[in-house]
Amino acid sequence: MSVELDVFVGNTTIMDKEVYQLWLNGYTVNDAVTLRIEGGVMEECEVLLSDTMDQYRTFQMCERLLHHPAKLANQLLFQIPPDRQAMLIERYYAFDDLFVREVLGKKLSKGTKKDLDDVSSKTGVMLKSCRRQFDNFKRVFKVVEELKGPLVENIRQHFLLPDQLARDYAAIVFFANNRFETGKKKLLYLTFQDFAFCAGQLINNWTLGAVDNMMEDMDVDLDKEFLQDLKDLKILITDKDLLDQHKSLVCTALRGKTNVLNEMEANFKNLSRGLVNIAAKLINAKDVRDFFIDLVEKFIEPCRSDKWTSVDVNLYLTHYTNSAHILDTFKHHSVWTRYMGVIKSCILKMYHE
Amino acid sequence: MPGKLKAKIVAGRHLPVMDRASDLTDAFVEVKFGNVTFKTDVYPKSLNPQWNSEWFKFEVDDEDLQDEPLQITVLDHDTYSANDAIGKVYIDIDPLLCSEAATVISGWLPIYDTIHGIRGEINVLVKVDLFNDLNRFRQSSCGVKFFCTTSIPRCYRAVMIHGFVEELVVNEDPEYQWIDRIRTPRASNEARQRLIFLMSGELQRKIGLKVLEMGGNAVVGYLQCFDLEGESGLVVRAIGTACTLEKISTLPATATLPSNSSPSKDIKEPVFGEEGPGVPLSSGPPTPLRAQTFSSFSPSKSYSRQSSSSDTELSLTPKTGMGSGGSAGKEAGPLKALLRQQTQSALEQREYPFFTLTSFPPGFLLHLGGVVSARSVKLLDRIHNPDEPETRDAWWEEIRQEIKSHTKALGCHAVVGYSESTSICEEVCILSASGTAAILSSRFMQDGPLETDHRFEEMVPPGCEFCHIPYDELNIPFPAQLTYCCCCRRYKVPDVLFTTIDLPTEANITGKGCLIQARLCRTKKKAQGEGNAMAISNLLPFLEYELHTQLMNKLKLRGMNALFGLRIQISVGETMLLGLASATGVYLTALPSPGGIQVSGKTPSDITYEQHISNMQKKINDTIAKNKEVYEINPPEVVEEIIGSPIPEPRQRSRLFRSHSESSDEVSEIDLSHGKKDAFVLEIDDTDAVEDIHALLTDSPTPAGFYSCNTEIMPGIQNWTSAIQMFTSVRVFRLNNVNLTNQGLNKVFSDLCENLLKSLYFKLRSLVPCCLCHLNFTVAIPEDELIQVAVTAVAMSFDKELTLENGKQSGDKSLKKENDEQLQFNLELNAEMSSSNLSSPKGLTEVGSHPSAKASSLEKASPLPEGRSRSLRSNRSYSGSSVAVVRMTPLSFIPGAKIIKYLGIINMFFIRETTSLKEEGGVSGFLHTFIAEVFAMVRAHVAALGGNAVVSYSMKECVFMENPNKNQAQCLINVSGDAVIFVRESEVEAASVHPQSAATQTSNGEGT
Repeated sequence: MSVELDVFVGNTTIMDKEVYQLWLNGYTVNDAVTLRIEGGVMEECEVLLSDTMDQYRTFQMCERLLHHPAKLANQLLFQIPPDRQAMLIERYYAFDDLFVREVLGKKLSKGTKKDLDDVSSKTGVMLKSCRRQFDNFKRVFKVVEELKGPLVENIRQHFLLPDQLARDYAAIVFFANNRFETGKKKLLYLTFQDFAFCAGQLINNWTLGAVDNMMEDMDVDLDKEFLQDLKDLKILITDKDLLDQHKSLVCTALRGKTNVLNEMEANFKNLSRGLVNIAAKLINAKDVRDFFIDLVEKFIEPCRSDKWTSVDVNLYLTHYTNSAHILDTFKHHSVWTRYMGVIKSCILKMYHE
Repeated sequence: MPGKLKAKIVAGRHLPVMDRASDLTDAFVEVKFGNVTFKTDVYPKSLNPQWNSEWFKFEVDDEDLQDEPLQITVLDHDTYSANDAIGKVYIDIDPLLCSEAATVISGWLPIYDTIHGIRGEINVLVKVDLFNDLNRFRQSSCGVKFFCTTSIPRCYRAVMIHGFVEELVVNEDPEYQWIDRIRTPRASNEARQRLIFLMSGELQRKIGLKVLEMGGNAVVGYLQCFDLEGESGLVVRAIGTACTLEKISTLPATATLPSNSSPSKDIKEPVFGEEGPGVPLSSGPPTPLRAQTFSSFSPSKSYSRQSSSSDTELSLTPKTGMGSGGSAGKEAGPLKALLRQQTQSALEQREYPFFTLTSFPPGFLLHLGGVVSARSVKLLDRIHNPDEPETRDAWWEEIRQEIKSHTKALGCHAVVGYSESTSICEEVCILSASGTAAILSSRFMQDGPLETDHRFEEMVPPGCEFCHIPYDELNIPFPAQLTYCCCCRRYKVPDVLFTTIDLPTEANITGKGCLIQARLCRTKKKAQGEGNAMAISNLLPFLEYELHTQLMNKLKLRGMNALFGLRIQISVGETMLLGLASATGVYLTALPSPGGIQVSGKTPSDITYEQHISNMQKKINDTIAKNKEVYEINPPEVVEEIIGSPIPEPRQRSRLFRSHSESSDEVSEIDLSHGKKDAFVLEIDDTDAVEDIHALLTDSPTPAGFYSCNTEIMPGIQNWTSAIQMFTSVRVFRLNNVNLTNQGLNKVFSDLCENLLKSLYFKLRSLVPCCLCHLNFTVAIPEDELIQVAVTAVAMSFDKELTLENGKQSGDKSLKKENDEQLQFNLELNAEMSSSNLSSPKGLTEVGSHPSAKASSLEKASPLPEGRSRSLRSNRSYSGSSVAVVRMTPLSFIPGAKIIKYLGIINMFFIRETTSLKEEGGVSGFLHTFIAEVFAMVRAHVAALGGNAVVSYSMKECVFMENPNKNQAQCLINVSGDAVIFVRESEVEAASVHPQSAATQTSNGEGT
């Protein structure tokens, strides 16, 4: 004796948030039932099984619509209240930070998708869920790739996502597009949120969109002209006088304000060379990919080995940036500001004491 | 050429990709009506084509307008091969033919394909220009309004209730024609869908003609069914109640009447108005067959089919006033009797004094006799001449006659809550009919104005009149225990009352009601032809008897004494018979308190046995006590002596019914014949009794916060919030173990129903406190070893606090409430004015009438809608969604809202088939999608008519067939309902405060 068929259809589609989450997390119906029994919502296995199967079916039918969230609002098959629709979309596009950290900066290709089982076993996120998240990244990437206008806004409008989530997706798209290296051992201590913050900085300041806001790919690609101009900053390290002058200005300003003044003084030339060299190389796509690793190697690591505090780093970078403007022979003020603004906030975010 | 149908194809969206190469579609549309077809241009390479076509005009007879659907086919243009069909939309244009219903159909409708389901949507505009037809021999009946609702629709008033109308049409089923062997499944399904559309159109037209002939303008309680008789054909039949309805004037009645010098005239006028262009008969010469609806003051003449003007129809209305307004006590008696006679004679002239209505205008229903039912087993044969469906007509005639004679035996002259159904298995067909014998007031059955002062006398009966026995005390047609009415103590009442109708609004009840189900499964030997029919007829009486015993026992176990909305379904399969009886139990204050259930053993000497029995007895007593608490049944102490001892000799038990089951192919019973005695005693020796007790005690209690009933409203709950959730649930159970005993089968079937209920309670837990209303199960045996149970119902939540207060509302509390009410009202207004689309805070509950204890008998007598309408938690629909929200409910009303317009009947039939069952998620996935699609199409059609809800929705047919080995499945669904426009009470009230919004003000109607 067995139940051959069992369906429940409401005029208003009934969806249980808890079951939805279990489905999103990739649990099978049976696992979900076990978890629900443990959760204490109901003891009777039969009832729970029937309900869970029903809900899973509903979600599966909705999934097609969730791929194009705008369709959810004007489809006729399911009558879902708008607040529920928003919930469905938001949760469907939500991702695990652990998972995204693994694929951040990787090409969203079939090859990467094939490796997802490794990612799954590494992060503990179920393969099914990994696939959904990966497909979400890819779908968003594909859609915004062809759109004009600001990246975050496009994502928000096209996928009806809340602001924060749209920003995160913008970061993911930005990283995937520029293929930033994030997987090196030295970078492993950084969280997705650290990178997302940096991506936001880069998008807002270094892309074409920062100057002109009606271009294709404007927020995804870095402003080539700006990268070209960055070469001019080399003068800060190639001109010996300028370098010394810069150093003394910074050190004077820092005197009495920090405990690591000696280390700062000793390292000044090294650090300055590091930062300016990163700027000068950014014109090469390959070096763009190493942007974060360079920052860590050329700046963050030396500071950390000298036991600088975040306050120290902040102080140092502030004066380092400002003093350059006082240098008589230094002419590239606007490029310097645009460059150092982002560098400073990125380093501060990435500097974990 | 009395009609011009115009259609315009605007656009499409979400079309499927038909060309793999380009991932696009070159779509065009064919618009077909009758034999005329128009085409739009091809809109190349788009999934969202904008055709913006010209107006396609069809000039057609109104007869065709009624019969034919407008058929819209969306195709993909293909230069080299045949064009591929994307899908179809059938549009029933009937709602456009009635001046009072919808005026235009406009909106996005799903494009449906019987193999692929919904494939995108199409935006269309449809209009009809109707010219008057003065020919009184015409074959069309445009303008007759149809309602599925089994009560007088909310914004109408019954001027007259004419009575029963029925019709059936038959045809060959395309699925069984020889051509079906060579055509594709799609072609076959479409042929079937179209045929059924045509047949229902024709049926509706024919019924409409009968209504016009009777002088009516509407059919209420319209029930249309399909009998898929397989090889022998396809029968579409319908029954309904012909009425003359009058739209309630848009201004409050109390304001209009005093200001007008001639009230009767005032009432009449709208009748002319509404019959207007749609029913040109009103301007034609009166035919002898037509009732003189318009002579307001002349002595009224009753309509009779034989057109014999009977002299018994004196001016009865004044007497009705005196009669039932019996403040004069004893004098009322003889007058009433006279009245009864006169009504009776009026009714007797009708062929069938049947009414498909289940609730009535106050004062219409005088007495209820009890349930009458008749069944007959028939062998199907091919219908040779579809134009003369004589055999089927004759079958139903027999059954109706039977019902009529049962009714007479109960001393009644009418049947209310009447319905008919069939169950078919191979060539055997069980026809069933059931209803409630009743005595009706003549008021609505004659022409002549509806006197307004009737309103006052309705208050006088203390809500017990309908319980008083209609039959002669000395000549009781079955054993029953009579006592004096516990309310008025003047008339006799039976100890239990079973009915098929809704609880009358004026009824006095104690506590709350609950769903009671009796379930039974009986094995049957496989047989063919006559032998099979014989075997079935022999089983039927036992089945019915046991169902009734179960019902009675379960009723007692809940401490209740009456059943409403009783529906007994008997389903036949090859190796078994299924019986399912559902009803809503209540405690009628007028009826005596039910005694307990006594368990008795045959061998009292054995001590352990005694112990066992006393244990069981204790369990039963505990359950009764607990149930009384749960359902708040604490009737006032009865001083009346209970006649007769509750323990009879065991012998009597089997005496019932047997005498009734004489004829071989016909079984008939009068349900009420269960004497009190028999139901009370359960003999433990008897295996049946053990089973009964088991069944009694295994019904799991409804979880806290839930109530359930199968009637329109839950007796004892009134303060509904606006949160409703309609749903359909279907389960199919496979009995793998073939050699099951009756008992085993019973348990399986009972568990199936119980588990389904449990699942429903769990699913809907977020709505608690809530009540599942109109919880109607439909059982079927789709194949051997399969049991299918389908249920469509609505969950409505209510305000808990108020229910709790019901009993113990004290004076100062209600005063405080009133203050609150004002305060809250203001708050709500503010919310309205600031036009926030947030749902108002929870505290904004408005309380109107508190149905408290005895003092409120006046309030209780007032029609329920008012009481109910008061309570609402404004839960405004979200704005900003691009798809309009359409509510669906099997009930005739929407809580917290007022229906301001009926847009027409929705009657849709769909077939869905798949040859890739696994890929669609198995049988459950397939059916889940299909039901969701059916809902979507109903909603879309309602929205296109301009409506925002479907009331009296029902899924009348859900035939599911599968062949998992071939990866195939097929399902047929038939749904119906009334499309309406409703407005929220809060909006109505707000509008009445802001006079500038005149449009909504009109709907204020009889508000408060």
